[in-house]
Amino acid sequence: MEETPHRRRAHTRSSDLARYAGLFAARTGVMRSSAMRDLMAITARPEVISLAGGLPDTSTFPAATFAAQMTRIAQESTAEALQYGPTEGFAETVDCIVEVMGAEGMLPDPDDVIVTTGGQQAIDLICKTLVDPGDVVVCEAPTYPGAVPVFCSYQAETIQVDCDADGMKVDDLEAVLAQLDGEGRRPKFVYSVPSFQNPAGVTMSLERRRRLVELARQRELLVVEDNPYGLLRFGGEPLPPLYQLDGGDFVIYVGTFSKILSPGIRLGWTVAPPPVMEKIVLGKQASDLCTSTLTQHFVREYFSEGCWRDYIASLVEIYRGRRDTMVESLRRHFPPQATWTEPEGGLFIWATLPEYIDTGDLLAKALREDVAFVPGQAAYIDESRGRSSMRLNFSGVGEEEIREGVRRIGKAIAEQVELYGALTGEQDTVPASEAQPGDGDTAADVLPFRREGAG
Amino acid sequence: MKIAVLKGGRSLERGVSLRSGARVEDALERLGHEVLAIDAGADLVKRLSADRPDVVFIAMHGLGGEDGTVQELLEILGIPFTGPGVAACGRCMDKVLAKHELRDAGVATPDWFAFNETAFRELGAADALTDLEQRLGFPLVVKPSRGGSALGVKFAASWFEVPEALVSAFSYDSRVLLERFAEGRELAVSVLGDEPLPVVEAMPGGDDRYDFEARYEIGRTEFTCPASLDDDETTAITEAALAAYEALGCAGFARVDLILAAEGPQVLEVNAIPGLTDTSLLPQAAEAAGMSFEQLVERIVELALKPAPA
Repeated sequence: MEETPHRRRAHTRSSDLARYAGLFAARTGVMRSSAMRDLMAITARPEVISLAGGLPDTSTFPAATFAAQMTRIAQESTAEALQYGPTEGFAETVDCIVEVMGAEGMLPDPDDVIVTTGGQQAIDLICKTLVDPGDVVVCEAPTYPGAVPVFCSYQAETIQVDCDADGMKVDDLEAVLAQLDGEGRRPKFVYSVPSFQNPAGVTMSLERRRRLVELARQRELLVVEDNPYGLLRFGGEPLPPLYQLDGGDFVIYVGTFSKILSPGIRLGWTVAPPPVMEKIVLGKQASDLCTSTLTQHFVREYFSEGCWRDYIASLVEIYRGRRDTMVESLRRHFPPQATWTEPEGGLFIWATLPEYIDTGDLLAKALREDVAFVPGQAAYIDESRGRSSMRLNFSGVGEEEIREGVRRIGKAIAEQVELYGALTGEQDTVPASEAQPGDGDTAADVLPFRREGAG
Repeated sequence: MKIAVLKGGRSLERGVSLRSGARVEDALERLGHEVLAIDAGADLVKRLSADRPDVVFIAMHGLGGEDGTVQELLEILGIPFTGPGVAACGRCMDKVLAKHELRDAGVATPDWFAFNETAFRELGAADALTDLEQRLGFPLVVKPSRGGSALGVKFAASWFEVPEALVSAFSYDSRVLLERFAEGRELAVSVLGDEPLPVVEAMPGGDDRYDFEARYEIGRTEFTCPASLDDDETTAITEAALAAYEALGCAGFARVDLILAAEGPQVLEVNAIPGLTDTSLLPQAAEAAGMSFEQLVERIVELALKPAPA
């Protein structure tokens, strides 16, 4: 029993709530709770194998190194590390960022870089800078689930363009742009995670990257490239980021240390053309004055040791093994009608099940078996889409857990498939086809419900 | 008094339960009680035996907390607890069982069919579904028998949507019911002791269906309390609610959900441990009756102690 002084929550009568509700800004009306919030609360139970998170593995970061670095910060720069810093971030942090971007062939002007509190704040600041209520934002379908509430809270009208194995279908994007033209509208920006996309795991082909950048140039359209996973490639050839192809005129770049070092330090960045950057800086000033100076010091120390590439290489090894394990487990335990992506990097696999399976309900069933994933619905603005898909994370848990987790989900799916077969009197024979991510929601070929003797 | 508040647990409604529990704890503290907050887990019996509270306030929803399981343990331990007893909880949690009890007691409830998974898997029950259209018509509602907060509840507008809805409902329970869709106003009557509280009406905002999310988010569903009803309607609804409460053997408190259909009030279900969160209906109804949340909580505790503790 804990003796807390006094938790005060007196104003919770419904009349109080109504009073608060009357004060809420219009934008809160469209802020979505993350779809299965209550179910997700259960995924935090220790006995649950969670393939739901987006957690990088931080368990192999050497504790002794961490301790030495933090000690050095305390010995050499306590005052500065505990003080406010510049809104744009320390020049030394920006140097580290330039180094990281250089590893993928990008050469940003340090003056175009601002340090943000995670990549998430970068997305928020970009929206804050560019989006008025009702403005159009285009993104992929499915898209990063964490971007959805940002677009919604700025009251953007978000249009999603389907992905296939080669990323966003740029043809479809052109069609959307043409249609918007007809209405006299243009999107404020196109948001894309071109490499090892969250949640689909797919990577935009070089040809599409070139076309997207060209399209942006022709139409003077901004593209927001969110690239948290670019350096986490386990196979295939590296592809140039959109920022590199474009040179930074029409591409706003979002990066982060979350997946290559630590999400706990909350350090990300964005690179934008100077006029846009000016407004982003003002926006950031209003949001939080500056990003944590303490963790910026940590990054500086960490990079000064020159081992950051080795650490990423070790993560890549770990994740490759986990991806292989997950793919192998999916082959073994998922039904033949299921399809999934096989990413060449990143943290996620996107699996699509027969359309009569609602992955939100499947999650409830899976939780009884102590295993969790993210229902696909979270990656769509229109909540009726993505209902038969799921995002599976392979970076956050070990191979043994991945095997067991996928086995349990597979068992739950098999029961649903069998039941559906018994209900319709037909064996479900949808081939394990070339279905694409984003196709999981087509309402086309519903198997007819058997109506014996009913005419 | 030393009062343990039981919350959380492993049910799918854990999140809601934690919110209900936190609010009850605050109220009990303000009332000057000694409060033991317990997230129900493997050490539950040990903790209760060690701390020996005078009474347990059960703020758990869904399986484990609302189905008689915890209640049974408390009976064994001889500790008085709030809300309905073991048998009533069991009846309320199982919608199929509850509907049978209601019908036997002459309480109107929409027509239904119930099936368990084995019937479909092994006994070819799918063939029996052909009677659905005649007996229930479309649209119909497919629900897991045991489950709360509208989880797994789907509407089927036609034949084609039934198998999918069944697969969803069977994700939550091995027994499901297919229920005639009763069209009408959505009402809830909370009963405290044997007193009905004012009727609450739920009006889903915009095109939101009255779904899981809408129930727990401020502003997603509009609630009116007391609902605007004429005297005859109020009497009919209150009588139906009390009859349902009695038929299922409830005591302490419970919330009866019904539809005011053209043919009169139709009871959908009875919640043995209704939500006590900021947006829940029982506290709203109590407030409309002039009771603060503290008074409501105090009264619930009083009712728990009324039948002489073991």
